[in-house]
Amino acid sequence: MSPLHAKLLRDLWRIKGQALAIIVVIGIGVALQVMMSGVIASLTQTRDAYYQRHQFAEVFAGLSRAPEHVASRLRAIDGVAVAQTRLRGLALIDITTRDLPINALILSLPGGAARPLNEIMLTSGRMPEAGRLDEILLLDSFAKAHGLGPGDNLRVTLNGARRQFEIVGTALSPEFIYFAAPGELVPHDARFGVIWISRPALAAALDLEGAFNEVLITLVRGARSEAVLDRVDRILDPYGAPGSYDRDEHPSNRFLNEEFKGLTASARNVPPVFMLVAAFLLYIVTSRMLQSEREEIGLMKAFGYTDAEVGGHYLQMVVLIALAGALFGSVLGVAMGRLIIPLYAGFYKLPFLLFRLDLAAFLSGLIISVGVASLGGVVVLRRIFRLTPAEAMRPPAPPDYSRAGHVAQALLERFDQPTRMVFRRIFRQPWRMLGAVAGIAAGMALSLSMLIIYDGFDEALTRTFEVIDRSDASVSFTAPEPYRVIYDLRRLPGVMRVEPVRNVPVILRKGRREFSGAITGLSTDAELFRALDADGAPIPLPARGIVLSSTLARILDAAPGDVLNVDIREGRQPEVQIVVAAISESLLGSPAFMEIDALNRALDEPGRVSGAYLSVSDGDEAAVHAALRDMPRVVGVSLRREARAAFEVIMDQGAGSARFIMGLMAFAITFGIIYNAARVARDERARDLASLRVLGFHRGETAFVLLGELAVVTLAALPIGLLVGRFMSHMIAAGFSTDLYQIPVVFAPRAQGMAIAIVVGAALASGWLVKRDIDRTDIITSLKTRE
Amino acid sequence: MEPTSDRGDVPAFRASGVTKIYGEGRSAVHALRGVDLEIRNGEIVVLLGASGSGKSTLLNILGGLDRATDGDVWFRDAHLTAMNDRALTRYRRDHVGFVFQFYNLMPSLTARENVELVTEIADHPMSAAEALELVGLGARVDHFPAQLSGGEQQRVAIARAVARQPDVLFCDEPTGALDSRTGRAVLRVLQDVNAKLGTTVLIITHAAATAAMAHRVIHFADGAIRKVEVNASPAHAEEIIW
Ligand SMILES: Nc1ncnc2c1ncn2[C@@H]1O[C@H](COP(=O)(O)OP(=O)(O)OP(=O)(O)O)[C@@H](O)[C@H]1O
Ligand SMILES: [Mg+2]
Repeated sequence: MSPLHAKLLRDLWRIKGQALAIIVVIGIGVALQVMMSGVIASLTQTRDAYYQRHQFAEVFAGLSRAPEHVASRLRAIDGVAVAQTRLRGLALIDITTRDLPINALILSLPGGAARPLNEIMLTSGRMPEAGRLDEILLLDSFAKAHGLGPGDNLRVTLNGARRQFEIVGTALSPEFIYFAAPGELVPHDARFGVIWISRPALAAALDLEGAFNEVLITLVRGARSEAVLDRVDRILDPYGAPGSYDRDEHPSNRFLNEEFKGLTASARNVPPVFMLVAAFLLYIVTSRMLQSEREEIGLMKAFGYTDAEVGGHYLQMVVLIALAGALFGSVLGVAMGRLIIPLYAGFYKLPFLLFRLDLAAFLSGLIISVGVASLGGVVVLRRIFRLTPAEAMRPPAPPDYSRAGHVAQALLERFDQPTRMVFRRIFRQPWRMLGAVAGIAAGMALSLSMLIIYDGFDEALTRTFEVIDRSDASVSFTAPEPYRVIYDLRRLPGVMRVEPVRNVPVILRKGRREFSGAITGLSTDAELFRALDADGAPIPLPARGIVLSSTLARILDAAPGDVLNVDIREGRQPEVQIVVAAISESLLGSPAFMEIDALNRALDEPGRVSGAYLSVSDGDEAAVHAALRDMPRVVGVSLRREARAAFEVIMDQGAGSARFIMGLMAFAITFGIIYNAARVARDERARDLASLRVLGFHRGETAFVLLGELAVVTLAALPIGLLVGRFMSHMIAAGFSTDLYQIPVVFAPRAQGMAIAIVVGAALASGWLVKRDIDRTDIITSLKTRE
Repeated sequence: MEPTSDRGDVPAFRASGVTKIYGEGRSAVHALRGVDLEIRNGEIVVLLGASGSGKSTLLNILGGLDRATDGDVWFRDAHLTAMNDRALTRYRRDHVGFVFQFYNLMPSLTARENVELVTEIADHPMSAAEALELVGLGARVDHFPAQLSGGEQQRVAIARAVARQPDVLFCDEPTGALDSRTGRAVLRVLQDVNAKLGTTVLIITHAAATAAMAHRVIHFADGAIRKVEVNASPAHAEEIIW
């Protein structure tokens, strides 16, 4: 082994403590990137494979009723590969554990078709036997949420008639991965059921013998769905079809895409912040590391080693550390990915898992780490190379205290010698100290912004379910009802307040941008559900015009005063123009609000409501629920408590769940940075400390010199960390916000206090570890080696 | 003994008007105040002078480790003071061996590896083991500097300098930490190298007795040469009285 290689390895061994800390910090940066991109790649690929293997349809159309022979006309459309018909109905499920009925979809089983579209996958039990009219399959996630399985009975109200079915199996389906019950914003496994039953049984129940009311279509490769949609609509129009749609508009797929988009956004935007902090530390540390090799570098140059040879040798050292970090990060990222991806796959109800890692994430992590380490190295080496070898071999000159130093000097004289040593060193090497301060501040900022994000999720829940929505329940009707239904509700015993609401599905357009959602009509004196501005103050709904949520305003690029084209997708489906009156703050979904009478005027349907918000006095819930389930026009009742729980599940198990692991990683990075700072100080000062011991200072006093420095650096980092953290949290909050929900940035004192506690705790732990290390080292050995 | 010279009249070093000022303004230190000097090839020259008189500074400039503030220095035909960094590196690599006042060993390398660090980039080096044998450290080749005494570290530094068999050897107090017997042995090594290879040797010392082995003795004071003595019959290292 050449002496240079031996030197390299031994030097690395000597600084193993600080090197390890850097490896961990970079490793975590890279691991997060590798893991998150692996999650995205694996989930997307698994979803696509699932869709393909189970022949998820590409075009969907519902209708009131058409004779079966119409299907052959659909099959003849240019671009259609397969078209299959089925029956679909709405049902209510009675569950003993809930005093309100649950909405369900009931579908006919394909029965005999060679390769059915939207093919289900049995997860337990068996298929219903042909000819048995009372055997059903139940959606797996719904069955699990209610503890139901094969052998259990289910009471269902179908087409006004109560029936009892026997569950013979549970199943998964690519069309019901993830979707919300009608009238609900957020999916909730327990709140929406899917039942499959043999076609003859359903045909009998719905009076659809020899007919169909839904068609599923796949396209030949390369066919344009727009053209097919158009032809399908023309054929089905006479049969009461509201319009066909493709996968982009399919509720489950659309929701899943939103979630994946959210995950992708946090995978794209958050890990780079971590990587930035890791790279920043790497830069500081590598430059400091080489700075302390300055005398050796001078010596090698004195022997006639060229700049390139010397530079190559020292760069190897920092690059090896960076490489080790990147490799460790990849291994860690893959390991964590393997742990976490199945959890996501379970949450998104994917029946199998294709595990894939994203090479690009690994490579970019590698390139960034090695690049930054080299950059830090080259910058310092260039500075050292500018010195003559004689200059480099001398320790750097102490600073000139003659000018500005007087005050500092006078101040110093008031302290004892070890305290003076602490401060002198800080004045002497201000850049090194500033580097350490900046590193710790960056680490702290990262932890703080994750804590702020945690608070942001809580705040999103609080604002949505305690400030904006203050109802106990919301009721939706089968069809728009005359206003007097509100009075009916008000008369129910236990109901304290009822407010009308009119929800209308619409497509909002401005220029080339469009959004398909709904307009919520509220009364001007609404209390239970309100549109609020950014400060939480209610926005008075104007007699004309629409109030857009900030998310929607962003999607449409609309501001107050702009005119939107609104395509109403209900009733006579008019197209109207509405001016934007104000922007509201909303953290959940992308709602739009209008004054209910103004909305009804635009629809030309005065005095209609589609639902109501209720507040119920404590203790009367059961009675009110019982009354509601007997009201024929009520199609669904959703409880704020349940909606909140559903939202929490989405945040904690869906895309938002990444925040937990990221938080842990942020804390680990913070600790790594602080421990590194402590180790660097110790390695640089081993000799000084030994000299102090020789001069008769106690262990405690000696350690004080070192730990005092760490304390000063840490304290200086705290305010900077708080400041940078505020800034950083905006970047991370944007990364965690999806189209479904927004994460607000709130600077709670608690988060700031926690961040300070984390940093101080890490400093104490590092100090203790380093002190233990000092106590163990042999004075003489330290004295003989260089500083 | 006669100085061995194979290059006729061209001296090994020629310096004229060399000054060196550290710092500037009120805190400026004039370490060298116009040094004129000629050193012949194959000479052993001893530099004597009070602490702080500028000896190490001069050695650093002659050795291409530092730049003069003013004046010219030639090594043979090469104008050192006009060279760029790359050329100076080349010069140090091809011609110069150093023994530093503070030894300057690499702490993470063993004695042998410290020597190998320079022989690796030399043209005709002796082996590291051979060089350490010369300074009486044959048995300690695998020890780290921290495991060696001060004097032993100094001898490793000398082994390191002679091992590359340079044209010029600069020794800044090579025997400062050694007892008389070892000190003499080390001076022997320098004398042998000079005799066998014709290496020009410059020695800084506080031990005036060492001057006995020099061909010439330069007395230094206050950044300038005060006196040059020529020694017609240099003593053998072994005969030096400590
Ligand atoms: N980097 C520097 N900055 C300022 N002054 C310096 C520097 N290096 C040396 N000096 C000063 O230059 C003068 C000459 O120093 P030099 O090291 O050449 O002395 P020396 O003759 O080798 O002394 P010694 O025998 O003690 O080693 C001294 O006064 C010293 O304080
Ligand atoms: Mg000196």
